[in-house]
Amino acid sequence: MIRFEQVSVTYDGAAHPSLRDADFTLPEGELTLLVGPSGVGKSTLLGAVSGLVPHFTGGTLRGRVTVAGRDTRTHRPRELADVVGTVGQDPPAHFVTDVVEDELAYGMESLGLPPAVMRRRVEETLDLLGLNELRDRPIATLSGGQQQRVAIGSVLTPHPKVLVLDEPTSALDPAAAEEVLAVLQRLVHDLGTTVLMAEHRLERVVQYADRVLLLPAPGAAPVLGTPAEVMAVSPVHPPVVALGRLAGWSPLPLSVRDARRTAAPLRTRLTGRTPAPLTAGGADSAPAPAPGTAAQPEAAGVRLPVQGGGAGRAVAAPAGGGPRSGRGLFARLRGRRPVPVTRAAAPAAPVAVVRDLYVRRGPRAEVLRDVSLSVAPGEVVALMGRNGAGKSTLLASLIGTLAPTAGEVSVGGRAPHRTPPREMVRRVGLVPQEPRDLLYADTVSAECAAADADAGATPGTCRDLVSALLPGVPDDTHPRDLSEGQRLTLALALVLTGRPALLLLDEPTRGLDYAAKARLVGLLRGLAADGHAIVLATHDVELAAELAHRVVILAGGEVVADGPTAEVVVSSPAFAPQVAKILAPGHWLTVSQVAAALGGTP
Amino acid sequence: MTHGAAGTHAPPAGPGPAGAGRGTRGATYKRSGAWRAPEARRGNALHAGAWWLWALGLATAASRTTNPLLLGLIVGVAGYVVAARRTSAPWARSYGAFVRLGLFVVGLRLLFSLLLGSPLPGTHVLFTLPELPLPGWAQGIRLGGRVTAEQLVFAFYDGAKLAALLICVGAANALANPARLLKSLPAALYEAGVAVVVAMTFAPNMVADVARLRTARRLRGRPTGGVKAVLQIGLPVLEGALERSVAVAASMDARGYGRTAQVPPAVRHTTNALTLGGLLGMCAGTYGLLAAEGAAYGLPVLGIGLVLALAGLRLGGRRSVRTRYRPDRWGVRAWLVSGSGAAVAALLVRAASVDPEGLRPGVVPLVAPTLPLWPAAAILIGLLPAFVAPVPSEESAQ
Repeated sequence: MIRFEQVSVTYDGAAHPSLRDADFTLPEGELTLLVGPSGVGKSTLLGAVSGLVPHFTGGTLRGRVTVAGRDTRTHRPRELADVVGTVGQDPPAHFVTDVVEDELAYGMESLGLPPAVMRRRVEETLDLLGLNELRDRPIATLSGGQQQRVAIGSVLTPHPKVLVLDEPTSALDPAAAEEVLAVLQRLVHDLGTTVLMAEHRLERVVQYADRVLLLPAPGAAPVLGTPAEVMAVSPVHPPVVALGRLAGWSPLPLSVRDARRTAAPLRTRLTGRTPAPLTAGGADSAPAPAPGTAAQPEAAGVRLPVQGGGAGRAVAAPAGGGPRSGRGLFARLRGRRPVPVTRAAAPAAPVAVVRDLYVRRGPRAEVLRDVSLSVAPGEVVALMGRNGAGKSTLLASLIGTLAPTAGEVSVGGRAPHRTPPREMVRRVGLVPQEPRDLLYADTVSAECAAADADAGATPGTCRDLVSALLPGVPDDTHPRDLSEGQRLTLALALVLTGRPALLLLDEPTRGLDYAAKARLVGLLRGLAADGHAIVLATHDVELAAELAHRVVILAGGEVVADGPTAEVVVSSPAFAPQVAKILAPGHWLTVSQVAAALGGTP
Repeated sequence: MTHGAAGTHAPPAGPGPAGAGRGTRGATYKRSGAWRAPEARRGNALHAGAWWLWALGLATAASRTTNPLLLGLIVGVAGYVVAARRTSAPWARSYGAFVRLGLFVVGLRLLFSLLLGSPLPGTHVLFTLPELPLPGWAQGIRLGGRVTAEQLVFAFYDGAKLAALLICVGAANALANPARLLKSLPAALYEAGVAVVVAMTFAPNMVADVARLRTARRLRGRPTGGVKAVLQIGLPVLEGALERSVAVAASMDARGYGRTAQVPPAVRHTTNALTLGGLLGMCAGTYGLLAAEGAAYGLPVLGIGLVLALAGLRLGGRRSVRTRYRPDRWGVRAWLVSGSGAAVAALLVRAASVDPEGLRPGVVPLVAPTLPLWPAAAILIGLLPAFVAPVPSEESAQ
């Protein structure tokens, strides 16, 4: 159905091809998952299928791509519109009209289908995707999962043979992601549609794939195989595969069900052992176990090089933060804050306190109801809950961009919304969902100079941070040219310039691959070990399991659960990480914990 | 009351859509149910053009009179219909903005009259402003000086007329979905229509971008106001808009936008000749109409030009393979709505020639305007849409 023959793509002005020697055939009616680290050319490969590469993006395509027998060299994207449906990373950028029903019909109108056919197909698609209730709604008022379904529906109506999706579930909460995946599953099985999908969050999708296409490294040729074969060698893999590799299971399990069936011996081995605690100040109270599994991306924290030496080398950092290793930089960072983490002795005064908070948006919509929360220094709190549960609103109240309707918010002893921004940056910093919003300047060094001035820090503070967190980035790089993960880290460095005691992150792992995520986890652990309180809003259950001491689940603007990660997460089917599901009823959350426990016995 | 049943069904915010749908089932309610305005759905949506014709009818009526009572009645009629039939869509909120714009226009007109004076020979001097002496070359212009009641009343009438026109346009804006209006364009103009639709969805996105970036500035500890802030936010907002437009263009291309059918060269050439000739004819005709001595040939040439241009557009539509999904149909209700506007316009135009005194109350000498009865009754015909247009559903009407 899709055939690549010796395809290489080189963009104009690029020294190396973005995609090299792609040579494979994807048969009809299969769901193929495209995996690989960031920047290996996944989007380029997807674009080549729909013809947008090179017709729309420019660049040179060598070799030949044929889709349903049509050569993309001679067929422009619009002439492939009836065989290929493409949904990009950002559904809102995909929509041409403003109402759901019109959007579903748009593609068919362009193809000139008769009105009676259009009408029938729109009705069928509304049913197939469960969108009938939303048919008259303006698209802008839909939730993320609903928008994603509309985007898929809008390319389904012309009955394409091939569906190409770029990260369809990245921005969605676990439930909405399930919804979208169920639809894809149905398309493949009921209609025989060929689906090619790129996705970073493998733990969500890998069990649905018939085949996996791996792009192992930039410029390397793609590898196509069954999911189990490819996952055995893939540099990116979900926790279930990591656990399988650790335990030496064969065949490698891909779903929680398969893993549970093979995991009985492992569960027996683990009985009697307790997972390494992941509580705040754990580094002081109990010696943190060194995972000693640097090969595992999940386990590999990044030690922050003290003097900027040893750039880019990922070194395992102890879970819960290394009291010795990561200190130097963060000690400098901490600056005038006097209290190091000594929670084991006496609980320090909380960095942030939220009491009986009510927030309204618009005249009537109550986004938060009666929320109370307190965050201690050195504590990492994960805010979870479905899209629209009020996570971002809570962060906005903590940073002071939203005033509480009732109740009280205090960060470092001040009410955030009444404190001028200049003073607030020294108490609390937020890295927004789109880190690019924080970046205005043309170069990294200009950005740093501005951050120093904003925070009233000594010149060079920010640049030192950037060198430490993001080694090897030249001064004159344009922030736009950084990768997603690098941009996030740059934004983090800018925010840290003000040395805030409280650090807030909104969906930090969106668009990050496993390696970038592991670096982020190491970084944040170091910051927490150094006394920064961290609150992160996330859909990523694996991230919460790796990082958070405490999980707070919001639903409908109310706190429905608040407790230690292991307790909250293990009891919840939606928010449990894969390892917890496999090894339940034990309170194991991450592969590194299991590795540490096993490593202790020969 | 013999007509009690019909009476209870008349109010627009009546018991609601459910009854209208089920009314056809019971034989007793069959008749009255069919007469009542149904709940607005995609299938029975009123043609956007009908709303515009209705509003333009009211605007024409407003342009024929300076009587503040009649103008107030027109604004009231438009406002009532908007209140009864608008949805919660973003454009529906534009009515308030147009009313404010109208008030601003009246205020501005009064202010200018106050400052610049008026050639009207008034006798009721209210007060005298200090007059600014102007050099000789500015003769004929006066700054300050005498302010008479007559000139203010005249300015008020004049401003009110303009405000009423604006408010009528605002009513059309609030009631008609602009995207659906553009969908009714001839096929040859379709691509221009899409460009406008895409541009319209951009404005709200850019507003959201500005809000987001202002918040982000606060996160960096910078003030969110001031010229510097605007400059620093402006560039990323424009970049974002550009990126989004590229993304939409890619999406449209991948979904088949711009596919064309093969047409024989003869048809293509004919299309070009017809369109070009038609436009030239229209230019010449308009010139003839406006010029002093060309009135005789102006109208026919304009007409011929128009016909040629329309034929060109129709032929040009052949290149497009597009079909239309559920176009708005021009049904009985659309005829009633547009007809009511046309009737108001026609009756007021007639009234202006029959009863000029009533429609244009004199200012010299100053007289209190009276309400001419039958033109007022004619304006009330404009309320018809509030009873015949489909009712927006509960969730979309607020």
